[in-house]
Amino acid sequence: MKLTIPYEEIMQPGHLACQGCGGSLAMRYALKVYGKNTMLSIPACCWAVIDGPFPYTACGVPIFHTAFETAAVVASGIKAGLRVTGKGSSNVIAWAGDGGTFDIGLQAISGAAERNDDITYIVYDNEAYMNTGIQRSSATPPGAWTTTTPVKHYKTGPKKNIVEILAAHRIPYAATASVGYPEDMIKKLEKARDTRGFRFIHVFAPCPTGWKSDPKYTIKLAKLAVQSNIFPLYEIENGIDYKQTKKIKTPKPINEYMNLQGRFKHLSEEEIGNIQKDTDKNYSILSKRFE
Amino acid sequence: MKKTMMGNFAASWGAQLSRAQVIAAYPITPQTLIVEKLSEIVADGKLDAEFIKVESEHSAMSACIGASAAGARAYTATSAQGLALMHEMLHWAALARLPIVMTNVNRAMAPGWSIWADQNDSLAQRDTGWMQIYSSSAQDILDSTMIAYKVSEKVLLPTMISFDAFFLSHTVEVVDMPEQKLIDEFLPPYNPEYKLDIQDPRSFGALTDQNHYYEFRYKMQNAMDDALIEFKKAGAEYEKLTGRKYDFIHPYRCDDADLIMVTSGTISETTNVAVDRLREQGKKVGNLKIRMIRPYPKQDVIEALKNCGKIAVIDRNISCGYHGIFSQELKAALYGELETPVWGLIAGLGGRDVQVENIMKMADDTLKSDTPKDIIWEGVKR
Repeated sequence: MKLTIPYEEIMQPGHLACQGCGGSLAMRYALKVYGKNTMLSIPACCWAVIDGPFPYTACGVPIFHTAFETAAVVASGIKAGLRVTGKGSSNVIAWAGDGGTFDIGLQAISGAAERNDDITYIVYDNEAYMNTGIQRSSATPPGAWTTTTPVKHYKTGPKKNIVEILAAHRIPYAATASVGYPEDMIKKLEKARDTRGFRFIHVFAPCPTGWKSDPKYTIKLAKLAVQSNIFPLYEIENGIDYKQTKKIKTPKPINEYMNLQGRFKHLSEEEIGNIQKDTDKNYSILSKRFE
Repeated sequence: MKKTMMGNFAASWGAQLSRAQVIAAYPITPQTLIVEKLSEIVADGKLDAEFIKVESEHSAMSACIGASAAGARAYTATSAQGLALMHEMLHWAALARLPIVMTNVNRAMAPGWSIWADQNDSLAQRDTGWMQIYSSSAQDILDSTMIAYKVSEKVLLPTMISFDAFFLSHTVEVVDMPEQKLIDEFLPPYNPEYKLDIQDPRSFGALTDQNHYYEFRYKMQNAMDDALIEFKKAGAEYEKLTGRKYDFIHPYRCDDADLIMVTSGTISETTNVAVDRLREQGKKVGNLKIRMIRPYPKQDVIEALKNCGKIAVIDRNISCGYHGIFSQELKAALYGELETPVWGLIAGLGGRDVQVENIMKMADDTLKSDTPKDIIWEGVKR
């Protein structure tokens, strides 16, 4: 079998991620594809800690740590600064969690997308504010427990559809990816790297700490979310051309995915049934766009 | 070359002459003309820069931070609410030690909605680690921009240049535009030792524990001390090139004064006229214009005030619950040094016109008074 994942490791050992962290895997793959000619703008998120405390760093590429809501626009500023100083060929990635992306940072992302600034925005989505200790974000799925949506009042609203929001800006490239499918993710990263303008990649990255799951199930969960159509894998070019990159012939029931996590443990069969219906409905809406 | 221009355009041309490389800005009254002019200058190719038309002032400062971290000379301009929106990133720019220069048009904070002059916007940013200059003429705005870059890039702290809304932003004055080659001699290209560089990958601004953060602040304070020296040096060098002298303070007829009015912004210019008229009446009044509030030029201020009998500070700002901010700063500087009584005067908030007659009255009242007061409201309707 031909291995398509680049061999070179740019991310270094010694980082501070929890066991089984999907977000650290996502960075590892992203840097493998983007290479050393890359800079990162990282706002408040798990990665602000994972990279290591001053004066250490685990990424092997220059990083500018910035405020929660500014990953996109700081990246735009870096890119502009590099262009005027003759170093515009470097890749600039804004790298943020779901809180910095779906919530507080949305304005700056929308601004950079509308201007079609020549940067890549990658969100590693662990579906809550994990860095501050598992508070709900607008990426938190319905049914989930978090510290601000305790079991008694778990989150009932849907997850914000960030990819659709970004696609509506008609950006050159947007895609979903999962750390459970590295080869698919690598292909998308390569495509993003070789596209000009604003690129957006939504990476599904399980968080054992926040999901109350066993670290050994990170990859399994990342696969199950795709296999049960909770997190379909696809890409969108220019905001209109949808393409499914992983078609699931027989979707698995969502409880297989949910049962491996403590955050959904409180849900009754009926509640899980309703979430299953919503998942099917969402997928059916999305699948029409693949036609 | 002499040209007539609005205060706002003096800021735009200051950025052009400084060869700003990345400009990121969002329009806000009365700053709007600054960025309109700059967008034209950049689009016409008269300045080799990137202009990022951001979606908010918070993003304007963030984009400048990114650009500066990448090694480019960055510029923005704002006013009032826009400056307040930037607040978080003002700290970020200073703590990241990025020599960004920003023009702020001093405008009152809302509500009630006001677009007129008032210094509470910039003075509320006093403790963000930015150096702060208060300009009182279009010439001062233009020249201060280049001087600010020179010092900022030397000490690695950002500088904010503020001036009064409409009284200066929209007033046309004669300005002597220095030749570009003169400024190129004065202000070399920005090339920082530490920047985002793929040849030398480093992490900037990482998680910092108790063993390091304290020292960051200590170093910033040292940089502010250095700035006191560097501004003098840059001012002297600029004077040699252009004949125009800029210092932290500009005393006017202070040497033999019984009373020194301490002023800033456009009120300083009006006060000079009031001083002349008071002198004609035989009243020995002087005017000490304060141009710089961070770093605070304590020794210069003490030196200028040491021989007078009374001090009256006119503040176009107020820290509610205490009193005028320039007045507080001055009293802090005098503590343990001079025992000269200080009268604190509030005037011109929200753009209320402060005329020569108002200043003459404030001086007369102070001369007649024996008991200093922290706060005297000039012309308030009670």
